[in-house]
Amino acid sequence: MTLDEISIILVYSAMAVYAIAFIAYAIDLARRSAAATRAADLVGVAPSVSAPAVVAGGRAATSVGSATDATTASVPESSGTVAIERAVPSAGEAEVTGTGPATPAAPRKLGASVASGATVASVAYGRSPALRVGVAMTVIAWVLHLSADVTRGLAAGRVPWANMYEFALTGTLVITTVYLVVLVVAKYDLRFLGTFVTGLVLVLLGVATVNFYVSVVPLPPALQSAWLVIHVFVATSATGFLALGFALSVVQLMQSRRESLAASAKAVKQNFLATLPDSAALENLAYRVIIVGFILWTFTLMAGAIWAEAAWGRYWGWDTKEVWTFIIWVVYAGYIHARATRGWRGSRSAWLAIIGFSTVLFSFTVVNLFFKGLHAYSGL
Amino acid sequence: MSPRSDPDALSRPDDHIYAPERKPDASVTQPKLGVVGWLRFAWRQLTSMRTALLLLLLLAIAAVPGSLVPQRSSDPNGVTQYFADNPDLAPVLDGFQMFDVYTSAWFSAIYLLLFVSLIGCVIPRTKHHFDALRARPPRTPVRLSRLAGYTERPLAGFETAHGASSTSSAADAAIDRAAAELRRAGYRVERYDMRGEASVSAERGYLRETGNLVFHTALLGVLVAVGIGGGFGFSGQRVVVEGQSFVNTLAAYDSFNPGRFFDDTTLDPYRLSLGELDAVYETRNQEAIGQPIDFTAHVSVQAKGGDSEPGVVKVNAPLRVHGTDVYLLGNGYAPTITVRNPDGEVVFTDAVPFLPQDANLTSIGVVKVPDGLEEQLGMVGFFYPTQTTLGSGAYTSSYPDLVYPVLTLNVYQGDLGINEGTPTSVYTLDPSSMEQLTGGSTGVESIELMPGETVELPNGLGSVSFEDVSPDAGDPDAAEGDYSQSVSRFASFDIHDDPSQGWVLAFAVLIVAGLLVSLFVPRRRMWVKAARRPDGTVVLEYAGLARGEDPGLEEAVAAFADRHANPAT
Repeated sequence: MTLDEISIILVYSAMAVYAIAFIAYAIDLARRSAAATRAADLVGVAPSVSAPAVVAGGRAATSVGSATDATTASVPESSGTVAIERAVPSAGEAEVTGTGPATPAAPRKLGASVASGATVASVAYGRSPALRVGVAMTVIAWVLHLSADVTRGLAAGRVPWANMYEFALTGTLVITTVYLVVLVVAKYDLRFLGTFVTGLVLVLLGVATVNFYVSVVPLPPALQSAWLVIHVFVATSATGFLALGFALSVVQLMQSRRESLAASAKAVKQNFLATLPDSAALENLAYRVIIVGFILWTFTLMAGAIWAEAAWGRYWGWDTKEVWTFIIWVVYAGYIHARATRGWRGSRSAWLAIIGFSTVLFSFTVVNLFFKGLHAYSGL
Repeated sequence: MSPRSDPDALSRPDDHIYAPERKPDASVTQPKLGVVGWLRFAWRQLTSMRTALLLLLLLAIAAVPGSLVPQRSSDPNGVTQYFADNPDLAPVLDGFQMFDVYTSAWFSAIYLLLFVSLIGCVIPRTKHHFDALRARPPRTPVRLSRLAGYTERPLAGFETAHGASSTSSAADAAIDRAAAELRRAGYRVERYDMRGEASVSAERGYLRETGNLVFHTALLGVLVAVGIGGGFGFSGQRVVVEGQSFVNTLAAYDSFNPGRFFDDTTLDPYRLSLGELDAVYETRNQEAIGQPIDFTAHVSVQAKGGDSEPGVVKVNAPLRVHGTDVYLLGNGYAPTITVRNPDGEVVFTDAVPFLPQDANLTSIGVVKVPDGLEEQLGMVGFFYPTQTTLGSGAYTSSYPDLVYPVLTLNVYQGDLGINEGTPTSVYTLDPSSMEQLTGGSTGVESIELMPGETVELPNGLGSVSFEDVSPDAGDPDAAEGDYSQSVSRFASFDIHDDPSQGWVLAFAVLIVAGLLVSLFVPRRRMWVKAARRPDGTVVLEYAGLARGEDPGLEEAVAAFADRHANPAT
């Protein structure tokens, strides 16, 4: 058995484990909905038990605390019991958001300030067994995925991102890696993104193995450059961060819709969103992930220009792939400006993040496969 | 702290999220706007965040058509083909400059407006930033409890630690210490004592705005460098056959694209000779037989009146000589063809570059013999480095290297159409005023040659030979059937000079640096105050203010408070 065959078996194994993780995450989302509904029922039955403000005005100034807060606040988590977490914003914040100076420079703590006034009770929710299984499976799938990528690289005797199949293989690995790193680093518990991440990785891996697969072939002279290692890897990393930003923006839009419903209506259907950070927190997270992606993308563009100068004799020639790299860059530059423009922060900028990632996917798939240009390295 | 006292806010566009909100005063009727008023209004609109955002999105959309329709700049043949395929649509699209999107009036209008908007934003901000860099941190707000990360710590630690004689001297000591620590942490600090309350006001992260301004100015720099600097450069193409050379002069180029301000007397007339072009193809990997592995052009460069120096040009490694960059962008075969008249005198002999048509280097070339024969002679040839026959009987090449090279020629006799002096391509033959003698519908077989062979031309016109250029050609000891050296190769060189390149790179580096700094350095203010409570006790108050995105502000305030309030540790 050749290394490449081992690599393929590892890819399929990773996909199987990703599928299990995906199912586990989906079950977790369902449990979140159930938990949220139960919490709402609890509030209805015994208002004195939980935060009275929720019932009184439907405007409890609440916050989703950090992950640890949430877990400590909930009674034995695995039992499925839930608790309404009372908002305990620190004194300063409460004043700022409520009565602070008119200056919009008022500080916004992640998740603490609920800018729009549309405030919704959040439901503390620990880590269900399904979620734990999901994360564990994701880690196992990641290990398999990493091994698949490494063996492919060994089989080819070079970095494993020289054609579309390898790019997809490494790109999805980076997406999972970024997700796992964020789980460790972030203040918020972002495990709920697992459904999206494993789902996306699974679909992309499936498409890559079925449609993009090419056997190991030597590098054409144009790709024999140190820039292959730098330019393409930075591009895949950027894609990983932008994908996560996309997921956060989608959840942000759903959450802000739910918040505005809750602000206008007395009752709002409880679903898994009640267990997630509020839309402002999601927006800030999305922004922080996306600016990392944006900087990597800027670097991709410049490294690409330097390489193009050596390989094609000009640093910029409006080749189709260059055009789309430029478009993606401009859209995300627009996103960053939108975040700093009054009236554009919030849902509008989230839409820009979504459009931005759509252009990334478009550039990777449609432009690679159907547009004529110099970046003809898909190997297909 | 009222928004108006914030010196920074004023420099931002009105609709910047951190700019103070302008409240329209309903009670006052606005005076009618004069010309100047309208101009100011228009300028304010143009330099607003909303306009910049709109123009950015517009720029992204405007760039799309250039990837859907071939562009003259990057794919001129594609444009020609597009006109041929869509004779009705193409002229309409051309009317909208769709084949020159990135130099079109509408695309230029968008990015020029964007850059005007950017300039209008950057200049006042730069001025304000200079002022801010010299200004003292603002006075400590009266009520810190309204600000971000507000927290209190007892003064007790300082009273005991310093053995202070009174509460106020302990407070002074605490504030002094806070000032020192903040200064050490990179803050600019200023002591304020108001109403008997000692306090320190500190600000850091001026680099954030510096980075922002550097980023935007560097973008402008790239545009100017490309727009102006690019005009002083040139690019030219030249095909050079092994053993031949070319001198860097205008006349020697096959094609030449000077920049707007290029002066061709500045060309340095060095001589570039191609010794050998090595091509390596994959031979073992069954999945990739014949895939190119390496192209290396061994050249020598001789300055005018100087010694020649060896050099190497590879695909990813251009040769940078005499202020120009030499790129190897293509290669192929140049069969050496000799035509003799019926008396056996040579009327034509040359290595003729044949243009590759596919990955296995099936190539097409044209031989034109204008003089020496009864009538002008033209030949259209196909060259197959490794000839095989398809099921249909047609020839093709199955491998790009020279294993079984075959040359076929269709001969035309008549007027080549080159006597009028109008320039014609050496790679095409216009057969409209010529008579075809072999191949096609003539019923006469095409001429077919392998290296070293000679055949008679039809109608007793003479003979044509496909010369074997192997060094050991004609040597009886040479290995039979080894054709690997029998045909010369040519290299297609691109020679460029772009004086703006270094500038663009420098600005690009500034862009990345500015971006990193402006997105990751937090600009924040921090205050520490020894506040006197109504009951006479004194507590230390800490608070911060974010100036731009600053997710870590509250942790920073808390961490500082913890560190500062425990002087013992």
